[in-house]
Amino acid sequence: MPIDLSVNGRTRRVDDDAETPLLWVLRDTLGLRGTRYGCGIAQCGACTVHVDGQPVRSCTLPVGVVESAAITTIEGVAGPEVEAVRAAWTARDVPQCGFCQSGQVMSAVALLRTIPIPSDADIDLAMSGNLCRCATYNRIRAAIHDAARAGSTPA
Amino acid sequence: MIEAPRTARLALTRRRMILGGALAGGALLVGYGVTHPMAVGGALLSGGGTDPEPSAFGSFIRIAPDGWVTVVNRQQELGQGIHAGLAALIAEELDANWDRVRVVDAHSNFRAYGPQITAGSRSIASNWEPMRIAGAAARAMFVEAAALRWQVPRAQITVRDGVVAHPASRRSAPFAELLADAARRTPPQSPALKQANDYRLIGTDRVRRKDVAPKITGAPIYTQDVAKPGMLVAMVAHSPRFGGRLARFDSTDALKVKGVVDAFAIDTGVAVVAETSWAARRGRDALRIEWDDRAAEMRSTAQIVRDYHDIAAGRTDLSPSDFATKGQDADAPLTGDVAEFTFDFPYLVHAPMEPLDCVASVDGWNVAITSGAHLPTVDQVQAARVALTIPGKVDVEVVPAGGSFGRRGLAASDYVIEAVRIARHTARRPVKLMWTREDEMTGGYYRPMSHHRIAVQVGADGLPARWRLRSVCQPLLPFGSNEQAVEGMGNSPYLASATSVDGKLYSPRFPVPVSFWRSVGHSYTAMMMEHLIDQLARRAGQDPAAYRRTLYRKARAARHLKVLDELCRRADWGCAVDVGFARGLAVHEAMGSVVGQMAEVRLDGNRPIVRRVVAIVDCGIAVSPDQIAAQIEGGIGFGLSAALYGATTLDKGIVQQTNFDTQPMLRLNEMPAVETYILPSTAPPTGVGEPGVPPIAPAVANALLALTGRPTNSLPFLKGPGASNLGPMA
Ligand code: FES
Ligand code: FES
Repeated sequence: MPIDLSVNGRTRRVDDDAETPLLWVLRDTLGLRGTRYGCGIAQCGACTVHVDGQPVRSCTLPVGVVESAAITTIEGVAGPEVEAVRAAWTARDVPQCGFCQSGQVMSAVALLRTIPIPSDADIDLAMSGNLCRCATYNRIRAAIHDAARAGSTPA
Repeated sequence: MIEAPRTARLALTRRRMILGGALAGGALLVGYGVTHPMAVGGALLSGGGTDPEPSAFGSFIRIAPDGWVTVVNRQQELGQGIHAGLAALIAEELDANWDRVRVVDAHSNFRAYGPQITAGSRSIASNWEPMRIAGAAARAMFVEAAALRWQVPRAQITVRDGVVAHPASRRSAPFAELLADAARRTPPQSPALKQANDYRLIGTDRVRRKDVAPKITGAPIYTQDVAKPGMLVAMVAHSPRFGGRLARFDSTDALKVKGVVDAFAIDTGVAVVAETSWAARRGRDALRIEWDDRAAEMRSTAQIVRDYHDIAAGRTDLSPSDFATKGQDADAPLTGDVAEFTFDFPYLVHAPMEPLDCVASVDGWNVAITSGAHLPTVDQVQAARVALTIPGKVDVEVVPAGGSFGRRGLAASDYVIEAVRIARHTARRPVKLMWTREDEMTGGYYRPMSHHRIAVQVGADGLPARWRLRSVCQPLLPFGSNEQAVEGMGNSPYLASATSVDGKLYSPRFPVPVSFWRSVGHSYTAMMMEHLIDQLARRAGQDPAAYRRTLYRKARAARHLKVLDELCRRADWGCAVDVGFARGLAVHEAMGSVVGQMAEVRLDGNRPIVRRVVAIVDCGIAVSPDQIAAQIEGGIGFGLSAALYGATTLDKGIVQQTNFDTQPMLRLNEMPAVETYILPSTAPPTGVGEPGVPPIAPAVANALLALTGRPTNSLPFLKGPGASNLGPMA
């Protein structure tokens, strides 16, 4: 049974089994390879995407479950929070190897959409599911604060 | 790119001579190269390729008609920001416009780029001379071209931000305008290099990464993201025990999985190839395999620890090697006031964020590899060996690695060879070999576990007078001495003023594969030397900083002394700290740099909470201060993660930690605030990728010692199931 997905605002029909994790459908079937595999057991956050606006780990989410949900990946995520996050990340040279950063950006954007001016405790809570083996954590924290400040200043 | 005209091709040959001279006499072959005949031999054998895009300005610099400068990066970008560092060396001497400099990664090509080895934190140090010379030579060609065009003396010409000018006559031209003329000039044999105080780029915060955009937009830049027409995905079932062999397997069910194309035995296990990653995974799960464990490692960690303790006590028929010997009476028993210490350290996984992977295709004699390779010239040789071809027929496309920490820099090229073996079976279809996280954590090539007994005879002045050191650690390489296992001990300034030193190393061999792990032997020798020196200071009733200062003076360790003084100043050493917190410090030299760190720690139950770390770095001239700070922050996070949680343990030969659930790693909420200060220096640059790692564990251990009075004699601080036999909690 083909499955109809809504990915980055477009409807995509895929032939994968319903229990295939969304991660592999995105990467292998749809060619959206910016969402990454890091652990496969919802422990590292490299595979974070938004499903109906919520940050979720796509590596353990069967694709059948998200039929008719709105899926957003790093390739399609857009809006003022995204621009603020990317600008802040760039200004602070956050990434090192960069492999975790798609997931970091997705989690940070979701955080700022829920809490426009997050505290350190909010950041701890929202970002601790995203491992970074290069330990860019302090720059991530600082960049989120920067992005929040940029977002709160009227244009 | 402009076509290199004939004269320029001649110039190119000459350029090779300039660079060749720098290579042979310079630092390139120092360090990793010298101790890795494999690397050097591999590099030499892989000759035969030609420069894919010959440029009049040499192998490392291309200048486009629009004036954009492309720097060819022969090192592996694995997060350390080397692409920006190398580009800055060239841009500085070329006086290029930094905003119009881009970087591309070189394919493996010994003839064009020399040995491509990214190891030992030496990428800046080994490129310091050759890249500046390349930049300066190209600059001289522009100066000469302008002098000829304007008929003015060369000495009156200036270059700044990619613009060549003759101020006296108010003439100027950007690189683009002079490009064709400059390309025809002969590069000077030994161009003058700038004095450090003339730098406009090096040492400034303008040296920023040039790879941020693709990394925050999800651009498919890693090996994991490669997609080629007809490509298959491969996964391999490896023996659960090290040294186990395949006895027999049944692939009936695996082949029934939709998308699975084939399953076959290879040297390292059973490979499943499929149309997609998920099909390969499910196919592999459906294999039925019997392993032959007759040659396998069957011991548990507790048994290996016991065996190591026996070896260190001399109950062994292994003969040790001497790694430090001093004084007539080195062998005589220690007498009088003797302090004894033992340390146990576990195996550690690298766990780079991108699990291991490699894309390979084999077509007759030709092999094409795409990989985040540290040692592409070595991989070329290894791939040629298993594909029965010559290294010159192997092309390695080097792409950014999603981390490595040493795992992608093995002389054995284990997963690269595995990919090539599989590709030989798939009839020219390219294969992307993917290891799962579980494969990576259970697949070996760990930082070796080790055991150490150290006895110090303390003199009447309270300082160490005689040392006896015994270490047990598997060899990191199949050949040569095992010196990396004890690096950081023999040359410790704390040994310098002792009258006798007797250091012996036992190097047992057994099937658990070990390898280089960010900062190698320093990752534990710093813990030992820095933690025991704090304990000796306490015995002597002295402040740990004052005690170190005395020893550094006696050892004439001027750099250590400076780092320590600056650390005490920046970290408010000696001032009161918040109730419940304590401070600990450590100073250690690794990869040519001296790094000091102070950690402010409290205990939450038995869990150390590290709130703040101050780091002082002496790494010679700081090419890119912001990237140095990033590497020190990253090194502290990486080292703290291992110190808190890192332990790979065996249960009857089977690895117990398989993923991030059973092997926790440091998370954002556990990362201390880090302040990094770089000492000004006029010495040539030394390493920064690794030296940030070693001091953090002893700094924390010393803070815990101050807090509780209890020393730490094994890591990690928090022992999960399986690691408890590594020693009691601090
Ligand atoms: S890959 Fe999904 S959380 Fe790690
Ligand atoms: S930047 Fe390398 S894992 Fe985060």
